[in-house]
Amino acid sequence: MDDLYRDHILDHYKDPRNYGPMDDPDVSAEGQNPLCGDQLSIDLKVHDGTIADIRFHGRGCAISQAATSMLTEMVMGRPVDEVAALGREDIVEEVGIPLSPVRLKCALLGLGTLKVALHRHLGTPLPEGWAGMDEVDWR
Amino acid sequence: MSPFDVHAVRADFPIFARQVNGYPLAYLDSASTAQKPRAVIDSMVQLYETSYANVHRGVYTLGQESTALYEAARETVRAFLGASSTREIIFTRDATEALNLVAYSYGRANLGPGDVIVSTELEHHSNLVPWQVLARETGATLRFIHIDDHGSLMLEELDEIAAAGNVKLLAVVDQSNSLGTRVPVRTLADWVHGQGGVLVVDGAQSAPHRPIDVGALGADFFAFSGHKLCGPSGAGGLYGRRELLEAMPPFLTGGEMIRSVRLERTSWNELPWKFEAGTPAIAEVIGMGAAIEYLTRIGLDAIHEHEAGITRYCLERLDEVPGVRVLGPEDPAERGGVVSFTLEGVHPHDVAEILDSVAVCVRAGHHCTQPVMERLGVPATTRASFYLYTLPEEIDRLVEGLHRVRRTFRL
Repeated sequence: MDDLYRDHILDHYKDPRNYGPMDDPDVSAEGQNPLCGDQLSIDLKVHDGTIADIRFHGRGCAISQAATSMLTEMVMGRPVDEVAALGREDIVEEVGIPLSPVRLKCALLGLGTLKVALHRHLGTPLPEGWAGMDEVDWR
Repeated sequence: MSPFDVHAVRADFPIFARQVNGYPLAYLDSASTAQKPRAVIDSMVQLYETSYANVHRGVYTLGQESTALYEAARETVRAFLGASSTREIIFTRDATEALNLVAYSYGRANLGPGDVIVSTELEHHSNLVPWQVLARETGATLRFIHIDDHGSLMLEELDEIAAAGNVKLLAVVDQSNSLGTRVPVRTLADWVHGQGGVLVVDGAQSAPHRPIDVGALGADFFAFSGHKLCGPSGAGGLYGRRELLEAMPPFLTGGEMIRSVRLERTSWNELPWKFEAGTPAIAEVIGMGAAIEYLTRIGLDAIHEHEAGITRYCLERLDEVPGVRVLGPEDPAERGGVVSFTLEGVHPHDVAEILDSVAVCVRAGHHCTQPVMERLGVPATTRASFYLYTLPEEIDRLVEGLHRVRRTFRL
């Protein structure tokens, strides 16, 4: 348990980076964890094939909020196709804490939502293993 | 009857010998599912070791013994709910299946365009979604009694619903699983009967915790789950008023529920077997019967009184934790053994995770009541729920655990 709530997790949870809504995004996506009702929005600006700006907002546990905050720092300024190819292991490594299967879902909510936005932008289908992430329905 | 002794009760539950993370188990999630006493486990083991065979089929000794035990459980349930006949007791998988049975069988035969189904904002999804589906399929309209800021039903809305007319069915929870709110079901029974409609009661959270009398309650249908009253998962039941059940078409069809089958038509078995297609959950039903006998031996009144004391103590102790906001009725008398709360600055999942590190088991989430969460303006809550085996010391450990959560989050 003490492994889970390390300083960097609490830091990102209490002071999330790139947090809040974005004016006039190029593409957006919403994600939710139906198990716990957590909700997340990610907005992006894309210039010349790279992520020029990314912001997120929503509500969730320390793990989902911190992981998404770290994700935004991780992908800022990087090429869209490179980010679209990120795997689960990339974010798990970045989060850097042991995750039970339940908490893994929390940690992956941000990446899944970002993938929905990127593939929406690219006009490509969601890769296998992420299917269904775009089937959310909330205001 | 001997006075209620919670330590003697706990000795009946093998799981309390278990430690988690080096701490004795503080199981505060009984609203989700209850732990099992030795008597229930033994009843199932004994069945499998000595008498198991299919029911209502075999002429041989084992088949007769299994059938007798299975039908004895039906009589136990009948007495437990105060029903007048075992024909009114249908075994289902759980309350969810019981409510679906009513929606599919009674609902499709009796509702049509223009009819009104009334439910409430307090419902578990299992007593909400079946009525949404029924309304969509039959053209009936779904209307709701809303809740106030404390999670109590605003009964004044009934007048407006009555004025619009055509009320055919009211589906309501007896006690809220997420807030613990006790609902004035008798009042609602009189109201819906005055409208010419029937009352469907979701008793999943009430039947385990206090005496039930379906007649006194005014329920036309009453659904419950065995696993919440110390029985195994996979068995539950539906009480239905006999003349309603007689007139209803079957829900599931197949073996057991038939009288005679020809290739192109079939006549139905009599009640209650008309509604029990296929091989039932034999051992689970018998285990559920053993659970009800166990609870009855201890006494539902004593259990209720014990839980009320624990609930009052929990509300008192939570009051001293900074940042805790308790949801639900302010008057403990209007609340069952459920306390749902939020802790400022910490998501319920994180609360539950840290509590688990000291073996305090609580539920975090929306508790299958998303409309309630939305109405009260919270995404999720942490919920502690109690039963006959809950100790005051476990409430102390919950409170200590919450202080630990605050320290972890540097609050």
